[in-house]
Amino acid sequence: MTAQETAPELLPLGVDGILVRFARSLSERANARALSFRDQVEAAAIAGVTEAASSLVSVRVGFDPERTNRATLAKDLKALIATHEYLDPGPRRLWHIPAAFGPEFAPQLNEVADLAGLTPQQAVKEIEATQVRVIAIGFAPGQPYLGMLPAQWNVPRQSELTDSLPRGALITAVRQLIIWAADAPTGWRHIGQTAFRVYLPRSATPFAFEPGDAVQFRAVSDTEFRALQKNTDTNGGATCKVLR
Amino acid sequence: MPRLTIHSAGPGLTVQDLGRPGWTAQGLPAGGAADPLALLEGAALLGVNPAQAVIEMMGFGGTFRMDDSARIALTGAVMLAEIDGAPVPHNTTHFLPAGAKLTIRGAQKGVFGYLRVAGGITTDPIMDSRAAHLTAGIGARLQTGDALPLGPDPDRLRPPQKLPPGDRFAGGTIRIMPGPQTDFFSPRTQDAFCATTFHRSPRGNRQGIRLDHAGRNFATSGGLTHVSDLIVPGDIQITGEGVPYVLLAECQTIGGYPRIGSVIPADLPKIAQAAPGTRLQFQWLTVQQADATAISQGAQLRALTKLCRPIKRDPHDIADLLGYQLISGATPGDDLERP
Repeated sequence: MTAQETAPELLPLGVDGILVRFARSLSERANARALSFRDQVEAAAIAGVTEAASSLVSVRVGFDPERTNRATLAKDLKALIATHEYLDPGPRRLWHIPAAFGPEFAPQLNEVADLAGLTPQQAVKEIEATQVRVIAIGFAPGQPYLGMLPAQWNVPRQSELTDSLPRGALITAVRQLIIWAADAPTGWRHIGQTAFRVYLPRSATPFAFEPGDAVQFRAVSDTEFRALQKNTDTNGGATCKVLR
Repeated sequence: MPRLTIHSAGPGLTVQDLGRPGWTAQGLPAGGAADPLALLEGAALLGVNPAQAVIEMMGFGGTFRMDDSARIALTGAVMLAEIDGAPVPHNTTHFLPAGAKLTIRGAQKGVFGYLRVAGGITTDPIMDSRAAHLTAGIGARLQTGDALPLGPDPDRLRPPQKLPPGDRFAGGTIRIMPGPQTDFFSPRTQDAFCATTFHRSPRGNRQGIRLDHAGRNFATSGGLTHVSDLIVPGDIQITGEGVPYVLLAECQTIGGYPRIGSVIPADLPKIAQAAPGTRLQFQWLTVQQADATAISQGAQLRALTKLCRPIKRDPHDIADLLGYQLISGATPGDDLERP
């Protein structure tokens, strides 16, 4: 921890959990600290810890009250925090995921590009050029929050909700992208389409992403995309490279 | 393999167990039975592994037959039930003969009833659990005509047992503990929350229940927007309109609405089992007080097992009385006096 960085808050979250919160609002720095702290907790294999899960800015460490207690675990976590470097070692894995951006697959691309002061072509280029990271997983099983896009993508959510979106839809708000996996209304805007499944409950590896993974999208033609949709041998044509 | 066939299914029947913990980081909550205590009660009664799967019945039961005989127990919400017309008391083990018709009616007290068959339901596990989790695309609502595979009853001749009826169906005072966002609410709002009488709204499911009340709303100080953060079941989330929801087994893992506090696990079954209209009030515990209530499922099961009592059947209720060998137990009458 650097001198100018504030110490995280340790807070109760349930009778069997401590939330380590690095900030009260989202920043790339707070997110990176949370993600790396989760890795550190997992590597430390602290007695009685059952689970470590990260969100955008915090990590919940679950414990078995029969094997440890809040005071002991808080001490263990504070010791970890004291040695925690917060150095981002870079992504462990890099995903390449094809996406279609034709009008049929990206009904709100023009609108978002307009809000970001870009042409639709520039918007797609910027998405392709940005290596985003999985900053959190949630809302629906396996659904990634990907960030951060360049500053001009700080587009607010729309106030009217879209009732439903196709699975794999690429949606955006507040410099983030989501590969949509939920069956719920959303205020994020639909700017592309993947054939990627983030969650396959019956598979040996049910969840594609781990927090911290890097993702790069590749624009494909609508024709190529339709072929990817039909091909069930791959997960939407995505590839995953292990980096470390 | 023995099978349980559903001849008519109520609208809220699913296979459940103690859930699939360990996937919070991937966005999947543990899920499992809305009232896990009821699963432990059934396991204590039948003397079986509590992790075996059961049928959860939200509000309404159904009719069932098995093609092999096995012991069963009905726990959780109190639902009138009979086997071929003979009443089946709640929280009691029963023998369900092959081919006999088990009828389970609507809930009289509580919301979530459970049918546990000794041997358990042995559908294929997904991610190490058989629990249906409909919003996560795991499993399906059970339908009329479904036939579920069962494990064999491990101890068919075990004498019947009963447990005292639960006291968690009438609402009342629910203990809550502070969480990471409690101080997003002013101390006045925190006090007002526990001074308010709520009613369980008709809106509720396995994800959570809405609380209705008259009077003030419970907004956060300044109406700030908050960064989405991790959720645990029991959390009391306050929506943008100031309406509280208590989150249950199938809640999301991350949410953006602020949470004023969290119902302790020991009292969460009272929330799950509160029928629409039930009165609920909340009481703050300190973190230390809340932690002292933590109890593992293993310890809960051992405590319930100690509470089980063998059933003494009233001869009037025994339809086949003449079939029993009644005199083989005759003794000289002084057994206890003899060394």
